[in-house]
Amino acid sequence: MSQVELALFLESAVRLGIPLALAAMGETITERSGVINIGIEGSIIAGALGGSLGAIAFGGAGLGVAFGALTGLLVAFVFAVFAIGLGADQIITGTAVTIGGLGMTGALYQVVFGVNGMELSVPMLAPAAIPWLSDIPVIGSALFAQAPTAYFAYVMAPLAWYVLFKTAWGLELRATGEAPVAAEAAGVRVRAVRFSATLFGGAMAGIAGAHLALAHAGAFAENMSAGKGFIAIAVVALGRWNPIIVLFAALFFGGASALQFLLQALGFDLAYQIFLAFPYILTLAALAGWVGKSQAPAALALPWEPNR
Amino acid sequence: MTLGVAAVLLMLGGYDPVQAAAAMLRGSVGSWNTFVSITLVRAVPLLFAGLAVALAFRAGVWNIGAEGQLYVGAVAGVWVALTFTDLPGPFLVTSALTASVVAGGAWALVPALMKLRLGIGEVITTILMNFVGIYLAAWMVHGPLQERRGVFPQTDRIVDAARLPELISGTRLHLGFALALVLAGMLAFVLQRTRFGFHLRAVGASPAAAVVAGRIDTNRVILLTFLASGAIAGLAGGVEVTGLTYALYEDLSDGWGYTAIAVALLGGLRPGGVIVTAIFFGALQAGAGAMQRDAGIPAAWVDVVEALVILAVLGLDRIRAARVGHHAGEEAL
Repeated sequence: MSQVELALFLESAVRLGIPLALAAMGETITERSGVINIGIEGSIIAGALGGSLGAIAFGGAGLGVAFGALTGLLVAFVFAVFAIGLGADQIITGTAVTIGGLGMTGALYQVVFGVNGMELSVPMLAPAAIPWLSDIPVIGSALFAQAPTAYFAYVMAPLAWYVLFKTAWGLELRATGEAPVAAEAAGVRVRAVRFSATLFGGAMAGIAGAHLALAHAGAFAENMSAGKGFIAIAVVALGRWNPIIVLFAALFFGGASALQFLLQALGFDLAYQIFLAFPYILTLAALAGWVGKSQAPAALALPWEPNR
Repeated sequence: MTLGVAAVLLMLGGYDPVQAAAAMLRGSVGSWNTFVSITLVRAVPLLFAGLAVALAFRAGVWNIGAEGQLYVGAVAGVWVALTFTDLPGPFLVTSALTASVVAGGAWALVPALMKLRLGIGEVITTILMNFVGIYLAAWMVHGPLQERRGVFPQTDRIVDAARLPELISGTRLHLGFALALVLAGMLAFVLQRTRFGFHLRAVGASPAAAVVAGRIDTNRVILLTFLASGAIAGLAGGVEVTGLTYALYEDLSDGWGYTAIAVALLGGLRPGGVIVTAIFFGALQAGAGAMQRDAGIPAAWVDVVEALVILAVLGLDRIRAARVGHHAGEEAL
């Protein structure tokens, strides 16, 4: 294998891993508060459409990303109202939000652009090479010649880790996810913490969606999230609910997805669909290999009612 | 309320909600034949998958994997139907359906073992298995099981002996619908009248309490429920290919495994309720087709309505629960 092939493989691994990293990092914070939001798929697709429309309306990809974050947050708000505000089942609410998000974006897209979905071209979020760092052989261009959203992910990972494990707010968040009753007794406003953690997760998923539309495709397409929200939830478990490990887990999944290019370049003749299934099988194997029982927040997915 | 929200959304989208509703009704319950050949036929996979999800959820097993289990069931069923063509009629179709049951169960075994042995949540693993199952089916129709000419991404059509007979002559409704109703009756009986059903419900209500109070082997109950749920979802795929499509396609399922979660929930996780909601969702999907054809309204709107229905039911259920809790509290005082 030549260095060029390896560099290309790493580049696509990072490119495919970044949207997962963004969404999974947000979901990590959400799950640490005791809420599993499988509706982030809906936030991602909303972020993709919101990001595209925002980029067109404001004439810039940067503002598009911000608008994508806002739409992702709005979808998570719907989830939060039902799952946290009303204490409805999180899995079922998440499913509804996913179905609704996919349907709503598809329908809106056709309202705005006609039934046949006139090709929607948006301002692209161009890769911005970081001088110096991007010149490092092999890994330089893979890691440091990406869209700005990738650098956002690199910065967010240690930042989220710091907030989660080194600040009072992070302690409250983790307490809410591990032992909500004790947290409440200690004066933590459990619902408020869960609400904000869920909205943060939605905003990050929205950014992931905007990244898909603006940095990858340069267009919105129906169902373009293609299950990435679900994969992000697996990535959270793979990353042991730790934002830094989650970043690497997302890149690992990206690498598994990019493997098809590498193996094809090396002359392996496997069916395309097997390559597509490979990252999921590998993730299952990785989960079986090193995620233990005690890893998930103890109160994950359990609705909680304030003690009156 | 849901209808009101949907109507407002449709108007905002620039469509005429009355025209939409008319097309929707015409396409789902407009005539006897429409109802039987479209709505009920659409309801069959939702019924099987909905029963699969309801059974699992009753035991507190979050099987989100009906979609993947359905696909591997369809693959196994088609494979048997295409391979053992010498078998006489009833045996061939029975073997095909048995294969789909086994395949669906096997697909559920992986997340079941990961849950019980390694403590990995089944929400994540069943979702991952969905993707593997969908790609497995995609590979089959592009590779080993592709039709003879090798042009289209689908299998050859299965022989007559492998097909389920029609249930009402002159319509497209096949025996699968009756099978689903029988299965629903069986499940209702098991859940309410048998020891295992009692254990299943006890584990779903509180695994810890079930161990302490009833000395119930929760792991065994969870494993068996998971396998049964997967098997029923697999049967959904097997019945679809032997009863309706007669071949395996890449996009056989329109997200039925996920819609099944809504079907199960709205059916109150009870087999009888699932029958009603599966037919309701069958009507929604049938109506969506007509809405797109006659009123030019994208079928994606139906997903919006579906989501609104689920959220409305969830919300009402919670609000009612809060009221009941309130009253109970007053009585206690």
